[in-house]
Amino acid sequence: MNRESNAYTLIFAVIMVVVVASALAIAATSLQPLQAQNIKIEKMQDILSTIEISTTKEDAEQTYDKYITKVVALDQNGEIVVEGQEAFAIDLAKEYKKNIDQQRFPLYVADVDGSKYYVIPLYGAGLWNSIWGYISLEEDGNTVKGTVFSHAGETPGLGAEITQDWFQERFVGEKIKDSNGEFVGITVQKGYSGGNNKDDNAVDAISGATITGDGVTNMIHERLAYYISYLEKQNTNLALN
Amino acid sequence: MADIKNKKEKDPMVLFVAEEKEPLFSKKNRKLITDPLNDDNPITVQVLGICSALAITVQLEPSIVMAISVMAVMAASNVVISLLRNLIPNRIRIIVQLVVVAGLVALVNEVLKAYAYDVSKQLSVFVGLIITNCIVMGRLEAFALGNGPWKSFLDGIGNAAGYGLILILIAFFRELLGSGKLFGFEILGHKGVTLAESTGLYALGYENNGLMLLSPAALLVLGVIVWFQRSKNRKLIEK
Repeated sequence: MNRESNAYTLIFAVIMVVVVASALAIAATSLQPLQAQNIKIEKMQDILSTIEISTTKEDAEQTYDKYITKVVALDQNGEIVVEGQEAFAIDLAKEYKKNIDQQRFPLYVADVDGSKYYVIPLYGAGLWNSIWGYISLEEDGNTVKGTVFSHAGETPGLGAEITQDWFQERFVGEKIKDSNGEFVGITVQKGYSGGNNKDDNAVDAISGATITGDGVTNMIHERLAYYISYLEKQNTNLALN
Repeated sequence: MADIKNKKEKDPMVLFVAEEKEPLFSKKNRKLITDPLNDDNPITVQVLGICSALAITVQLEPSIVMAISVMAVMAASNVVISLLRNLIPNRIRIIVQLVVVAGLVALVNEVLKAYAYDVSKQLSVFVGLIITNCIVMGRLEAFALGNGPWKSFLDGIGNAAGYGLILILIAFFRELLGSGKLFGFEILGHKGVTLAESTGLYALGYENNGLMLLSPAALLVLGVIVWFQRSKNRKLIEK
């Protein structure tokens, strides 16, 4: 058959597309359960790492069950809408795209040797692509216990450094409310001069990563705002008891 | 016309026979690997693949990951295209090349996601950069379409090595001068908040060069490398 004829070209293209597409489809569907399991374990490890519990891939699920006592999802007013497995399965990336009154806000409650922590998932925009992470608060709903950040495509060496421990450690001990008890979040500040000051609601930014840093600031401010009323309610209950 | 057609049909046969007689690492085949390292380097001489050289050379680690991935993709896609070279219709050859490269990269990415999740997370940024890398397409078009699988394999490895070599060289200077580190280790000392808290060079008042962290610095470093290479290798100077 003539290699330059239209018929040959067309047949070749059709066969090529079918072969490549089915190879990819088979690979994607057959590997899907393994991939989903990897993602679930990573999520558990991320949640646990914000409360300073390190895990390996093998014991992540056990450790998670041991420390995370409650998973709930709130609506925008801070009322619980779902609990348990269903709340864990919420995909924040999808949730983030919905209208605010339809979004659900997952919250993980941890109990480590008698101390209670709230772990809140974050999601926002960096410079090139999405950024996300988790932030854990102590029982007062104000002091940060730990953070973990991740990203899809920030610049290596600049914005991508938000995944490094030295950056995430800057948040530990910071307050999300100012001295009047108003919620202000935590600002990633350029040219920060506060050193190790934990009372100014700000941390030092990464040089050359201004927009990613602003993304982190906005993400923390935006997402945490929906949890404040719930957390304050928990604290008043505690005081009444 | 008839003559040309005749020759074309015989071509694969001739190549095959010639290949059998030639030792695997003949002088000609060795040149396929060594040429791209210097005389025919894809970045400094052919000026291809500049985009990824700019994007990921801030640190050594991603540059090495990128170099290895490109090597795997180029070797594999070169072999596939070389095997198919007598079947591919001329008019859609570019599309076929693109499908082969993109298909291979997507497939490997899926497998890594299932069995080596940490590696796949590192690579996810590069997937797009590999598929659109001009060197990959350039070698498929210029070499694999006209040569046998073994030669194409060597050519893929050689060109990826030449590309990776330059990538790693640029990343070495950018990470060292831009953040005072290599592979994330602080080798020029630690920069504290104040001078008194700093150690090593930083205690003497040394500052990192912030420009090195930005993309244009890759072009500056690349320019110096090209300059150096040409002053050492007279063959490359155009008359």
